[in-house]
Amino acid sequence: MKPDNAGLPRGSDVIVIGGGFHGTSSAFHLARRGAKVTLLESEYCARHASGVNAGGVRTLGRHFAEVPLARASLGLWHDLPELLGADLAADASFVASGQLQIAETPQELDKLRHRVAELHALGFTHEVIVDAQQVREIAPRLAHHVVGGIWVRDDGHAVPYRAVTAFRHAAQRLGAQFHEATPAQTIERIGDRWKVTTHRGSFVAPWLVNAAGAWSGDFAAQAGDVVPMQPGGLMLMITQRVPHFVDPVLGAAGRPLSFKQFANGTVLIGGGLRCGADVVRRHGEVDFMKLSSSAQTVTDLFPHLGPINIVRAWAGVEAFMPDDIPVIGPSRHAPQLVHAFGFSAHGFELGPIGGQIVSELVLDGSSSLPIAPFAVDRFATAHLH
Amino acid sequence: MAFEASPPAAAGRPAETVDIAIVGAGPAGMAAAIAARRHGASVVLLDEQAAAGGQIYRGITTAPTQRLDVLGPDYGAGASLAKDFAASGARHITGAAVWQVTAERQVHYLQGGGVRSLQADRVLLCTGAMERPFPIPGWTLPGVLTAGAAQILLKGSGMAPTQPVVLAGCGPLLYLLGWQYVRAGVPIAAIVDTTDGSDYRRAIRHAGGALAGWRYLKKGLSLMAALKQAKVPFYKGATELHVLGVGQASGLGFVSGGTLRTVDSPLVLLHQGVVPNTQFSWSLRAKHAWDEAQLCWSPVTDAWGELDVPGIFVAGDSGGIGGARVAALQGELAGLAAVTQNGKLAAATRDGLAAPLQAEMREHLFIRPFLDALYRPKKANRIPADGTIVCRCEEVTAGDIRSYVELGCTGPNQAKSFGRCGMGPCQGRQCGLTVTEVIADARGMTPEQIGYFRIRPPIKPITLGELAREA
Repeated sequence: MKPDNAGLPRGSDVIVIGGGFHGTSSAFHLARRGAKVTLLESEYCARHASGVNAGGVRTLGRHFAEVPLARASLGLWHDLPELLGADLAADASFVASGQLQIAETPQELDKLRHRVAELHALGFTHEVIVDAQQVREIAPRLAHHVVGGIWVRDDGHAVPYRAVTAFRHAAQRLGAQFHEATPAQTIERIGDRWKVTTHRGSFVAPWLVNAAGAWSGDFAAQAGDVVPMQPGGLMLMITQRVPHFVDPVLGAAGRPLSFKQFANGTVLIGGGLRCGADVVRRHGEVDFMKLSSSAQTVTDLFPHLGPINIVRAWAGVEAFMPDDIPVIGPSRHAPQLVHAFGFSAHGFELGPIGGQIVSELVLDGSSSLPIAPFAVDRFATAHLH
Repeated sequence: MAFEASPPAAAGRPAETVDIAIVGAGPAGMAAAIAARRHGASVVLLDEQAAAGGQIYRGITTAPTQRLDVLGPDYGAGASLAKDFAASGARHITGAAVWQVTAERQVHYLQGGGVRSLQADRVLLCTGAMERPFPIPGWTLPGVLTAGAAQILLKGSGMAPTQPVVLAGCGPLLYLLGWQYVRAGVPIAAIVDTTDGSDYRRAIRHAGGALAGWRYLKKGLSLMAALKQAKVPFYKGATELHVLGVGQASGLGFVSGGTLRTVDSPLVLLHQGVVPNTQFSWSLRAKHAWDEAQLCWSPVTDAWGELDVPGIFVAGDSGGIGGARVAALQGELAGLAAVTQNGKLAAATRDGLAAPLQAEMREHLFIRPFLDALYRPKKANRIPADGTIVCRCEEVTAGDIRSYVELGCTGPNQAKSFGRCGMGPCQGRQCGLTVTEVIADARGMTPEQIGYFRIRPPIKPITLGELAREA
């Protein structure tokens, strides 16, 4: 494609690098509060993990540091009609199906009980322990060895690409400029502005948001924030259509699993299954040996799915942090730069709130939610001890 | 979740190793196996069928004399190749559905409900051709088949329709099947040919090449003459093709000679040529190019058929349509190149053996520009109007795809996200070319700029239970 430099707005209040969910949501929340936003995307929006993940809208089982954000984000998911407008909320395709994390042994159930008690002590009561009988009521076809689990009634799922696209359209309605096929190359602070170079020329703005997913580490480093972020592939597979047999999204306490049946009958199987990722060629490499153990889990839990065909397996590319919680917050080394990356396979549910936090950091100078655990320099600090 | 480094598919490395693994037992695969065995390589050839032959020579080792007679001498020519292959010492794994080939040259396959894999030093993909989609109104009705599918029934099990059939479209296979049906006594209601005067005028520019390919022309002309002699109704320059019927095909409507016509038949066989089966080469992320002459994607290879994925070769129609003889020659060339890489053959010896094969291949390819020009499928039969279904699995119409383009859909992979196009059981194998061309046309860009579906394993269906057993 030949570069088309004509008519590109070069100046705005904020440049967002990355058209994934967090970049798109940031653009939306910023534009909603009147900021002039330019978003730069290397390929097309939601191309990688944001558009091809399991779509779990899950507050269940979150790292305790993420729980306040996850609950606030779930509120936004439920309020999408007010937030985006009824039409775009429908596009986002959120279904509050509930999420169930199952325990296959009494030991696993004990661990879940312990977790829920701790969570309740912190004031969060959304996770509820259910026994074997209640599990059967929630998901009657589950294998009978399941002894109980955690149930979150107001969790659910959405179709990732559609949800991100809904936020994108909402942002564009509010005037945000999206430039796809426009990879950011270098970032540089010049005077009181950021300059971002691309093959289509440079863009300048006082504020910069780094939401480049698996490619975020490089931009952080350019700003002086060196982080131990690792790119990785996130694998999923989907089956042919089968008659309806389960409503909620299922996870397992003892082994990796994220499992749901869509309204059209197809079954999506994932669960944070990692594989290799090539960030230069921009793809994840499916590792069927790991998917094989995932198939084992599924057929253990739903024996009737044994003869069902898998039609496709794929891998989105995502940023992983050593402690599996993201980086959300201001740069420690550069002014007017906000990072939002490293969601480590569970950033989808946080998309709506992630963008709001970014908008608060840019427009208010601080976030209304506790984000200290997500500081960009948390690993650098650890090394000093 | 603990952080872990991610080497390529380190777990579960296959126990069995082989010098050369070949996927597909058509002319390319068989010839490659024979060549590789001749130079001392261990060879495993995997194929889904119960016997060698591929689609072009399907059933060749078991066909009774009468069927050989009906199908004609070109089909019979596969017998000697199959015989040489059987004697070659290559291990032929039948009933094997290869569902993944990795860049590390692991070949994963299903056989008899069991999952198996092997590690090959070199892999040859000889996966042949697929029929080009022919999306016209009504093409998804029961009673509509492709001509290739009907021919497979004839070759494999001697099955032929008993009621009158309509054959519609263009290309050598269509007329060959008509000729075979005449010999088998199948009633043909009509052959509806989309080829028109402009095709002949375009093709005639390649007549120089056609003279060198006189044997092909002679064969084609004799097929046509036989159809004429059998008084098969033949309509030329047909446009506006549409299958008639509600819930079941009842015939074909079309315009020919300026007149709207209908031919009644419960069985409509459509065909407008074949295109390379590129599923494996795409899944390996090999480089592909849009072939404007053949209106399809083909993998980019070197002169020996090697992809830009080292040690993996493509031979035969899966690398570009050349026909059975060209496929066998390409198979032999790729086999020679692979055993050279194995260290079993000196490069100079390889080159000496290859020279006459390359010369013969050029001779057989002279006819291609003429055939490609003459039987170039019409735009209206490749890029349908809004109401016509493109993706059969998910029932997505051309109009749906154009509406996605209006909403910002830039290519086939996003079309999936917009409306599940190409996400059904066939994973775009049926609709992929049409989707690329519809989007390219709607956006005023070339297919090359628009690209193709990202093809992901499994290439053949594998069940959850089978995959679980690979653990």
